[in-house]
Amino acid sequence: MTKRLGRLPSIYLAVVFIILYAPIFYLIYYSFNSAGNMHSFEGFTLDWYREVLQDTRLFIILLNTLVIALLSSAISTVLGVFGALAIKGVKTKRFQNALLTLNNVMIVSPDVIIGASFLVLFAIVGMELGFGSVLISHIAFSVPIVVLMVLPNLEEMSPSLIDAARDLGASRWDVLTRVIIPYISPGIFAGFFMALTYSLDDFVVTFFVTGSGFSTLSVEIYSLARRGISLTINALSTLVFLATLLLVIGYYLISKQRTKPKEVRSVG
Amino acid sequence: MQDRTRTRNIYLIPYMLWIVLFVIAPIVLIFYYSLLNIDGAWSFENYKRFLSPIYLDMTLRSFWYAFLITGFSLLIAYPTAYLLTNTKHKQLWLLLIILPSWINLLLKVYAFVGILALHGPINSFLEAIGIGARQILFTDFSFIFVAVYIFIPYMILPIFNALEELNPSLVAASRDLGASPWVTFRRVIFPLTLSGVKAGCRAVFIPALSLFMITRLIAGNRVITLGTAIEQHFLVTQDWGMGSTIAVFLVIAMGLTMILTETGKKVS
Repeated sequence: MTKRLGRLPSIYLAVVFIILYAPIFYLIYYSFNSAGNMHSFEGFTLDWYREVLQDTRLFIILLNTLVIALLSSAISTVLGVFGALAIKGVKTKRFQNALLTLNNVMIVSPDVIIGASFLVLFAIVGMELGFGSVLISHIAFSVPIVVLMVLPNLEEMSPSLIDAARDLGASRWDVLTRVIIPYISPGIFAGFFMALTYSLDDFVVTFFVTGSGFSTLSVEIYSLARRGISLTINALSTLVFLATLLLVIGYYLISKQRTKPKEVRSVG
Repeated sequence: MQDRTRTRNIYLIPYMLWIVLFVIAPIVLIFYYSLLNIDGAWSFENYKRFLSPIYLDMTLRSFWYAFLITGFSLLIAYPTAYLLTNTKHKQLWLLLIILPSWINLLLKVYAFVGILALHGPINSFLEAIGIGARQILFTDFSFIFVAVYIFIPYMILPIFNALEELNPSLVAASRDLGASPWVTFRRVIFPLTLSGVKAGCRAVFIPALSLFMITRLIAGNRVITLGTAIEQHFLVTQDWGMGSTIAVFLVIAMGLTMILTETGKKVS
């Protein structure tokens, strides 16, 4: 079918790719524009990058974003592993399905609902909005993703591995740290990474629960963009784009490396 | 099955705590607030207001936009996914399709603020071919275009996976039995990849109903979706009761979408 259409399929795919990438490269291109707008390129300049790097407020926001992302993904990974173990350990099928459904409710819920309901929650509890509320929200919405990443690994693990460890005299703690966790480590790693990207990417939930004194990169870009075009955002996006690229490549390389030792481990 | 009763309870404690605090409590609170009027008294006032023509009109429009966005995404994503499965290095190409979805959403939307602007490249192109520059930003078209752009990767991925699972001998059999390419597609390929299409529609439709950042930056205040209305009530007019009522309806819409796109098997 595709052969008869000749070159048409390649052209179609090429157009889709160009459209997907054009906006990103458009932003990067104009981040070097000395004219200060996004439509006529005047000359090459690094002024906008200088501005970004000299802006201490922006630097603090960047730091906030990274701290929130790393802390929330680390904590949600621990909670998510507990969650997956809890779901796996539940005996009745019905209770297991109920837990899975509740887990998935958070994943399919629109961000606006999560943000608004967390805002109400913090108001009822009397918690002040800021770093704490943003961190808690990010942990809360990352947990179900980690659970879903870890669960398949746990499912495919043969129960005889645990029985063998028990028979050989391992304590419960040993079974967890030396048998289960090494076995499910690819899932834990993937879960941590997903939580990290969810946190870095989140705008809506943060926007609802951030209050006025605290800001993350997404919220800051939104408030800048609402004021119109400013090439500092372009320079900032280029840096964010490069960071994303490094993160993805790093993840790809590490996950590739990790699959090899696992094979060795199961043999030896 | 096994004697893991005591261990199970330990894992269940933090996980259940998370479920109660961040899944059940927020939903209950949203329902509770939807029954309070602006003075904090119990009433069905918000529900009456929601059923008034102004809000119903907004809801219908929001659904219409979400339908259009989902439809166009499907129309573009299905051929892309199909052609991708026929390429040589399909996993690499798929990764390249997915990569833009990892770049911060705000930045991509901001890029379109520049691209669609009055002096932007699209308008220069229109002028060059003699149609002339026009207002593109802050129109329904720009809103739908940018939303489709954002959602395409989320539609491609499940369809691609469904196509990968399709047994190629079924397609060959259909051809051998004399079916034309179109009949093969309509009677064999499409029905067998329907689960992917449903998963994709689910992944696009619910977020499309609740978009608010794109509506603000790209559509100005022209397009009001359910998401925009919720944000407006919670963060601008501070009418949490009405905001919660709209959220309740969004949750109901979400539930209905989930039921309609039920694939019969677990989607992970």
